[in-house]
Amino acid sequence: MMQTQSQNVFRRVLRHSWIALFALLLSGCHFDMYNQPRLDTYEPSSFFADGRASRPNVEGALAMNAVYYDEYFRTGLVDGVPGDELPVELTRELLERGQAQFNIWCAVCHGEAGFGQSVIAQRGGIVPANFHQQRLRDASLGHFFNIMTVGVYRGDPAQGGYQSMFSYATRISVEDRWAIAAYIRALQLSQNPTIDDVPSAER
Amino acid sequence: MGQIFPRNANLFVRVSIFAGLLLATTLVLLIGVYFRSNTYRQVNVAIEQPVPYSHQLHADTLGIDCRYCHVSVEQSAFANIPATETCMTCHSQIKTNSDQLAPVRASYASGDPVLWERVHRLPDFVFFNHSIHVNKGIGCSECHGRVDQMPVVWQEQAFFMGFCLDCHRNPENYVRPVEEVYNMEYIHPANQRELGAQLVAEYGIMPVDQLTNCWICHR
Repeated sequence: MMQTQSQNVFRRVLRHSWIALFALLLSGCHFDMYNQPRLDTYEPSSFFADGRASRPNVEGALAMNAVYYDEYFRTGLVDGVPGDELPVELTRELLERGQAQFNIWCAVCHGEAGFGQSVIAQRGGIVPANFHQQRLRDASLGHFFNIMTVGVYRGDPAQGGYQSMFSYATRISVEDRWAIAAYIRALQLSQNPTIDDVPSAER
Repeated sequence: MGQIFPRNANLFVRVSIFAGLLLATTLVLLIGVYFRSNTYRQVNVAIEQPVPYSHQLHADTLGIDCRYCHVSVEQSAFANIPATETCMTCHSQIKTNSDQLAPVRASYASGDPVLWERVHRLPDFVFFNHSIHVNKGIGCSECHGRVDQMPVVWQEQAFFMGFCLDCHRNPENYVRPVEEVYNMEYIHPANQRELGAQLVAEYGIMPVDQLTNCWICHR
């Protein structure tokens, strides 16, 4: 008699075991793989007071693998005056890289040919420089590099002056800025060639 | 004691067994369909942003290159959202009084970022790298669609694993010349398979058995 009773209990447990199985199945649904305990790019975090997971750069920080030759390579200035030397080797690849980068960054305002005419300039509000004016044709190579690095101010910022061109130092790498400077020079030469620039066989 | 149920109730019991099974199956299927639906995945749902930035205006009408704002796409796994400084490069001079740009000016003044809404999400167990894709000839529009035609950005693909694998199994069907990666209007030519095979060899894209290895995306 006792045996049958315990058998009954066993059967009853067996009969309801699906609940346990179902619970086990549900416990398999969790998101800790989907959302892992690490902070991704731009993910908010309560750890820092400003709510950001990523930290702003420390002043003067250089990116990993950033090339650092000398002061001229990074500023385009020799004793505060723009130098006229290209600190990297002038190759066809450099000019092609310069062209590609120029068309991303500069052409939006200055135009692909560098005349200061573009869709954005046409819509008004800004007056981009024309690279083919005499002042800029006479300018040294370091001038273009330095402008890309620090930007252009119209007037004194303290007296209502404003920054007409922002610095691109955080967006374009140093090597690419030199490539663009070299390409701007090539653009200038392309608009003002003389017969001497044509190889004698092609004349 | 008389019988409570009539004899034909037996049929009802038998049918209800099958009906119950059918119901359970349907429920499982419905749940599956729901979690794969565009509604759940937020596909083709335009995401409202704190600033009504239009890719259609900036990328198509004005012709600004993708990389002007998404600077890091060629070097980094993550294609960055532009810094406020990038917006202010132009908008410190253009449309300086626009109400719609007020959050941008506030962000530039305070240093706090503009709180853009994220459109594309991947689970943490998937490691997608933008730079390798754009440098090996996979165009932006291949996954993101015609962003240059979107006044407000939406997600074009559900990004199921099958979507990724489709290309990882047959890269020659999707690879384009690297000069065309940022061309949103690019249409694959009729001889795509020949051209693709040629480009796969030229760009040194991994053989398919490596491209479809788990560790390519899951680490």
